[in-house]
Amino acid sequence: MRTKIEVRDLKKSFESDQGSLSVVADVSFTVRDGEFVAIVGPSGCGKTTLMHMMAGFVRPDAGSIVIDGVPRAKPDSKGILISQHGSVFPWLTVRENLMFGLNGHAPANKAELADTYAAIVGLKGFEGSYPHELSGGMLKRAELARALVVKPEILYMDEPFAALDALMSLRMRGELLRILAKERHTVMLITHDVEEAIHLADRILVLSPRPARIQATFDVPFPHPRRLASPHVQDLRVAILRELGVDRNEH
Amino acid sequence: MKRIKEVLPSLAVIAALIATWWTTVVVTHSVIFPTPWDVVSGTFELLRDGSLYRHIGASLMRVGTGFLLAVCVAVPLGLWMGWVRGAYSTLNPIFQILRPISPIAWIPIAILWFGVGNASPIYLIFISSVFPMVVQTTVGVHTIEKRYLRAAENFGVSRHTLFTQVVIPAVLPQVIVGMRIGLGVAWLVVVAAEMIALHSGLGYMIMDSRNAGNRYDLVVAGMVIIGLIGLSLDGFMRMLERIDRVRWRYAH
Repeated sequence: MRTKIEVRDLKKSFESDQGSLSVVADVSFTVRDGEFVAIVGPSGCGKTTLMHMMAGFVRPDAGSIVIDGVPRAKPDSKGILISQHGSVFPWLTVRENLMFGLNGHAPANKAELADTYAAIVGLKGFEGSYPHELSGGMLKRAELARALVVKPEILYMDEPFAALDALMSLRMRGELLRILAKERHTVMLITHDVEEAIHLADRILVLSPRPARIQATFDVPFPHPRRLASPHVQDLRVAILRELGVDRNEH
Repeated sequence: MKRIKEVLPSLAVIAALIATWWTTVVVTHSVIFPTPWDVVSGTFELLRDGSLYRHIGASLMRVGTGFLLAVCVAVPLGLWMGWVRGAYSTLNPIFQILRPISPIAWIPIAILWFGVGNASPIYLIFISSVFPMVVQTTVGVHTIEKRYLRAAENFGVSRHTLFTQVVIPAVLPQVIVGMRIGLGVAWLVVVAAEMIALHSGLGYMIMDSRNAGNRYDLVVAGMVIIGLIGLSLDGFMRMLERIDRVRWRYAH
């Protein structure tokens, strides 16, 4: 498969009163077209900064991000960022939120497309609702639908399900896999949940504590649907946790 | 039933206040200070000859005009100052100096510029309500959460869409808060402004009642009416907070 994203020698530091703080140090990796890559790392290690650079919101100090052979300059709707805190506009209804990013369509088509994607994520009947009338899980669905409706080639997901309870988070993973099976996207997922990464990703990059470097890479060769209780999955989980410095006995 | 229980304590306090007022007036044999009953009968007197409506109408007209002018100036200005850094750093210091000047201090200048007609109180209302609304709108733009602006940027929308679908709706709840404050101040100021040389309005009515024969029953009646109208103006502004598009910002 061809290369979709190529990250080379990426560096970023932030200036503060205490001097310069290096957040991302020398990160290089490639992502194939249609691949699902998860990035796990200790909290505060620079994962979010890395994702913001990849989505084009933060400029790296050095290094390059090349997407489809073109250096990334600024954000665009080919790659949509879904962040932990969510960014569904609270002043727009679900339908209006989904229509927001649809430029260059006739209004009637926009509404129709929006409703189609609302149905795909299971929000049928809530198209006219305002976000404050929805539950946390439904908000995540709306966010996902708003990203999918513009048919992005890449989804950048930054701890997308971290704010949900365990059960809802598990259900949303299932929904995401179901949608990805239908619509092929390249996905970058940041998570601190190793199990979530193994459940979803084709490949897992483990980042070191700040400044972030790639410490280890794991392939996840298991076919979907994955059984998280299987011994192979557990072995992989232990290996990743060990990379993260969490001993088996503690866990 | 629950609502009744909620308002019961405040009704009790009001009743106790009126009772204290009444007994004090009776016990001290005051010749000039009115009893609550004097105030009520005075109010009916004003209602019967129709002058009360005329005064209320005049005050509301001045507040309405000055306030709407202020909204028309403050909201675009606040948006501009919030969005354009240069506009903020240039204009904000001036506003911070002008803002603490009491509208009452403007009265001599208002008379000098606009004479003693309607224009003076309208100008004073404008001056008093425009600053809080500019400040609230500017703060509203400055506090738009970055994740919303990021999302808009991510979808690559035009500047026009960004402004009409993200910035303005995000600021609207703050604008409404500013309008509530602005209208409250406007109502405070109109009464003060009308105490100078006009022939209508609740402020005029109060001063006139005192000057023309020490009618303190009408003075107090005027005060009570000002309070009640102020309360309903605020209630009216509060209704705006229930619009679906802005409700997200307030506790529900």
